[in-house]
Amino acid sequence: MDPRFREDDDKNIDMNKNITTSTTCPYCGVGCGVLASKEQDGSISVQGNKDHPANFGRLCSKGSALADTVGLEGRLLHPQVNGQQTSWDTALDAVADGFRKVIDEHGPDAVAFYVSGQLLTEDYYVANKLMKGFIGSANIDTNSRLCMSSAVAGYKRAFGSDSVPCSYEDLEQAELIVIEGSNTAWCHPVVYQRISKAKQDNPNLKIIVIDPRKTATCDIADLHLPLKPGSDATLFNGLLRFINNNDGIDWDFVNNHTEGFAEALISAQESEITIAHVAKMCELSRQDVEQFFLLFVNTEKTVTLYSQGVNQSSSGTDKSNSIINCHLATGRIGKPAMGPFSITGQPNAMGGREVGGLANQLAAHMDLNNPKHHDIVSRFWNTGNLATTAGAKAVDMFNDIASGKIKAIWVMATNPAVTMPDADKVREALKACELVVVSDCEQNTDTTACADILLPALAWGEKCGTVTNSERRISRQRNFLPHPGEAEEDWWIVSEVAQRLGFKEQFDYSSSADVFREHAALSGFENDGVRDFDISGLAELSDDEYEQLEPVQWPVTSAKPQGTPRLFTDNKFFTESGKAQFIAITPRAPVNAPSEEYPLILNTGRVRDQWHTMTRTARSAKLNGHISEPFVEVHPIDAETFAVEQDALAQIDSEWGTVLARVHITDTQREGSIFVPMHWNQQNASLSRVDAVVNPVVDPISGQPESKHTPVKIKPYQATWHGFILSRTQLKMPDTHYCVSVKGEQFWRYELAGDSTIEDYSAWAKQQLGDQGEWLEFADQTAQRYRAGIIKNEQLDAVVFVAPNHELPTRTWLSQLFTEPLISDEARANLLAGKPGADQPDVGPLVCACFGVGENTIKDAIACGAAKSVEDIGQQLKAGTNCGSCIPEIKKLFG
Amino acid sequence: MKEKLVLIGNGMAGMRTVDELLKLAPEKYDITVFGAEPHGNYNRIMLSPVLAGDKTIDEIIIHDVQWYQDHNITLHTGKTITEINRENQSVIADDGTTTQYDRLILATGSNPVILPIDGKELDGVISFRDINDVNIMIETAKTHKKAIVIGGGLLGLEAANGLMIQGMDVSVVHRGHILMNQQLDQTASDLMLEELETKGMHFLMDYDTAELVGEDRVEKVRFKDGTEVEADLVVMAVGVRPNIQLAQESGIACERGVLVDDTLKTYSPNIYAVGECVQYRNETFGLVAPLYEQAKVCAAQLASAGGDKYISSATATKLKVTGINLFSAGDFIGDDESEELVYQDPSRHIYKKLVLKENKIIGTVLYGDTSDGNWYFSLLGDKTDVSAFREDILFGQHQVDEDLY
Repeated sequence: MDPRFREDDDKNIDMNKNITTSTTCPYCGVGCGVLASKEQDGSISVQGNKDHPANFGRLCSKGSALADTVGLEGRLLHPQVNGQQTSWDTALDAVADGFRKVIDEHGPDAVAFYVSGQLLTEDYYVANKLMKGFIGSANIDTNSRLCMSSAVAGYKRAFGSDSVPCSYEDLEQAELIVIEGSNTAWCHPVVYQRISKAKQDNPNLKIIVIDPRKTATCDIADLHLPLKPGSDATLFNGLLRFINNNDGIDWDFVNNHTEGFAEALISAQESEITIAHVAKMCELSRQDVEQFFLLFVNTEKTVTLYSQGVNQSSSGTDKSNSIINCHLATGRIGKPAMGPFSITGQPNAMGGREVGGLANQLAAHMDLNNPKHHDIVSRFWNTGNLATTAGAKAVDMFNDIASGKIKAIWVMATNPAVTMPDADKVREALKACELVVVSDCEQNTDTTACADILLPALAWGEKCGTVTNSERRISRQRNFLPHPGEAEEDWWIVSEVAQRLGFKEQFDYSSSADVFREHAALSGFENDGVRDFDISGLAELSDDEYEQLEPVQWPVTSAKPQGTPRLFTDNKFFTESGKAQFIAITPRAPVNAPSEEYPLILNTGRVRDQWHTMTRTARSAKLNGHISEPFVEVHPIDAETFAVEQDALAQIDSEWGTVLARVHITDTQREGSIFVPMHWNQQNASLSRVDAVVNPVVDPISGQPESKHTPVKIKPYQATWHGFILSRTQLKMPDTHYCVSVKGEQFWRYELAGDSTIEDYSAWAKQQLGDQGEWLEFADQTAQRYRAGIIKNEQLDAVVFVAPNHELPTRTWLSQLFTEPLISDEARANLLAGKPGADQPDVGPLVCACFGVGENTIKDAIACGAAKSVEDIGQQLKAGTNCGSCIPEIKKLFG
Repeated sequence: MKEKLVLIGNGMAGMRTVDELLKLAPEKYDITVFGAEPHGNYNRIMLSPVLAGDKTIDEIIIHDVQWYQDHNITLHTGKTITEINRENQSVIADDGTTTQYDRLILATGSNPVILPIDGKELDGVISFRDINDVNIMIETAKTHKKAIVIGGGLLGLEAANGLMIQGMDVSVVHRGHILMNQQLDQTASDLMLEELETKGMHFLMDYDTAELVGEDRVEKVRFKDGTEVEADLVVMAVGVRPNIQLAQESGIACERGVLVDDTLKTYSPNIYAVGECVQYRNETFGLVAPLYEQAKVCAAQLASAGGDKYISSATATKLKVTGINLFSAGDFIGDDESEELVYQDPSRHIYKKLVLKENKIIGTVLYGDTSDGNWYFSLLGDKTDVSAFREDILFGQHQVDEDLY
């Protein structure tokens, strides 16, 4: 029986009614409103919420596929201690006892929490409160450290507070949008769609993309600056100087509302003398740099939108301040259509910042090292044990675990064994750690594999609480599914442990609303407008009001009950002096420069249709269709230099680790740089965790890792054979050197390659698939070619293809056969050819994930003249008409 | 005054030569034809369908008696030539008929091999060669039950199938373990055996016949291992041997067959030979395709229509047994230098094998799905390099881009 139906579950909700629930997407920081409808048969469908101000009904491919991800296969549904299923009591006692023991013997700094921007604000708040307020250590850090901590540090240095000044609507009102270090089209698709719509509506809107890669985002760019990786601060120092030399300075604003301009300008002038010099340092053309500078100076309504490309750097904080400097110098802040706008990667990175869930924050945007704040929080929480000094930031935290300084860690809702730099070392550290507790909704991740205690958490659609998106907008995540198995809310799990540690009344919460009210109250406690984060207006919400809470941008106070779209409209900042601070920036190169041995620079990031470590998105066959395998993008010249071939496999090595990936040769990549996506991990790939290769180097201020700059080398992977298996049933991952598993529509796909020879292919195939069913076999021994198909009850059950090189038939047609109830004689006869044969279409690789439209289908429509534009394709094939994230690719096909 | 052309053997090869000749030089010769059988010219390879009841004798007649008259050809049926007088260029039949010739064609065909065992002369022991044999089988089937066919080759299986259709209980005795081993390999043979068994045919594989037992009529077949099976009819289909008796007695150079050169001339003046009786470069012939080739070349010679020479080429075989699809051509076994492409769908009784050498097809066996047989056969004939579509070729012509071959 579906463990979701627990008679004893008081929180269980009636599955037999059609209900539409308004909730929020659990992926990127755009924070789109989602309407989830549950049909009577229990099936779920989702659509964008037209009333949600983040997306007005739009959803990206990932959001559109949310319904595919709510299944229970692979879920962690019961507490486990040392691999044994136990009761909650036993598990919670074990956690509490384990932590108490370590604290008693080694002090509070010997324990740590590593939490996540995937947590809801309420969960986050309780975890932070327990660690900082009552355990008395600041050893709580979060995967947001890997994501936007440099942006936080930049804002705090400039504004005295972690305040994102802008709203999405500023993008629509702007006349210049500078997108820096962000593939918005893929990573924040709905923001990208709002921008491209704005550009259609307003031809005067100019868009500049600053990114070493020519990403899909450049599709709407008037100018693309493929700058040298890591040279952003040089570019913006140059801009500051150019603004100054071209009467761009808003002296009134600079004189009355800022400090430190002179120093900032001096260091800018020291480092960047002329445009020619800037162009040289950034490896850009002089004309392009000048065009950018002129556009910036001459366009009042300018938003600079920046993300991981700026943040994930050993000088990320300086980079963000170099951007903010230019907005301060031109007074372009606190007004509509302008501002330095950092967009966050995760659904609740902002919520984490608000509760102070990072090791160098306290709570409610208050500071650890601020005695006044310390006093406020101590009194509010009624604790005498509040942490006083910053804890270990993510990279240090895992180093401390490796060194034994930290002996007990509790990981919540994240997968550090995959996502931390030098990930192999992190995994080893976790394995060696005395006590590892993991709360997660997945049974099998690279991190749960290292856990002593597993605690089943609720997933999206099951838990309820709030999240804050990139524009400070607090939205509700609401549950429309009952609790599966024994899974629970994270805030409840943490509170239970807190109570077992002796903090009964301080953690006596009855609901997420309860927690939220306390969090809101703390934000307003003795605030009086001196702290940016103030949602005291929500502190008195009744449970019903909380349930009904509409999306609202903080601050939300009695003065501004409807929230605040834009900060700093009064030109007052949260520094001592109340003035914004220029920061003098001296650009620094990335810590590890390319060398003779490691001549290339590895850049990492996301792909369009996967999220983080794929625990949810990889459940959707649709999403897996776009990019199914870990790949490395290589510039044609580098490909030639290092002898790697299109679609072959390559091995990428750094001083820290190794990955294998499929080669994509493209001139969208800079010569000297390669790109590998961040998503793949041990659960679905044998050797493709890119963070195992990434250097463990951090920004000295923010502690954010330099995930976009690691010196590496690349070489062809010398496989003796390549192959793939498609199987209706999930197989044990074949034990081959290269293996990637991909869930498809009614089948599982395994991409394989090996460096050891297989003597008897037929025998090997039967090892993988068993010898049941009707076997069709093709063998060309001398050509090392073997193919087999298995039919069970006139239905295709599996195929195996093996070849001496990577040139194998496309998987598309074979994949489609798995959706057919019976295999036709024709298909059976052509099966091992891997293609339908004459005059039967092969739709080719998937382009539109939403409607499953393949590349060949689109090409045909174009070739036969039926489609003359992306719009025609939309009308005829529906491709690109839902989330639109594939439109850049469709455009490419028009050539 | 026209030259005289005499044809000994009113069979397929000889008469095809006459047909070709009439196309080239209708008026060149006075033609006389001697046939030992009492019929006009008929399509011998269609005897199986006749036995299987799919065709009647009339339907397989190529030229009836009338046709010979219409073409002013003198036809002597039921007359066997017993002597060739090469000095005065005449032939003499068993009834004394003597005919002069300027040119002579030997087309005496072949004789079924009769195992040299006791009881081979018993009633109910026959071979499968001519209309007479077919008639005996059809008659026997009306009154008797158990048929034993000795020899699991093409002819034997067609006979066995026909007898089964005529209602007899048929067992095929085969000395080896591969049926039709001239055309099939073990895998294909196994698949066919399985299918024929489901049709009701029985097989005694690796059985070596020792003797046929019976009073007047055959009753039992006894094997070398001592075991016996009952038999009302025994059909010997263990192969054919070129019929060279007449030629030998007439002093025409023979080895296994009548020796001919590239133009089908024997080593004796004005005498030609075509068909199953000839031996060409150590090769003798049992299939129809090369016979027709020979007929063309020989006719051209007789018409003095020029110089094309006979070149022996690989031949393709199909089995005329309803529901059994097989195709075989060339060297389908191969050697150390050759390479094999194999496709199998056993549960559908499909097996395809191509043997390649230096990326060219040298042989093929197809069982169950023979739709691409002729394509492979032409690629084999044209010596096409198949490396460009090697991985698709076994899945059929529709899988391969035309401009690749």
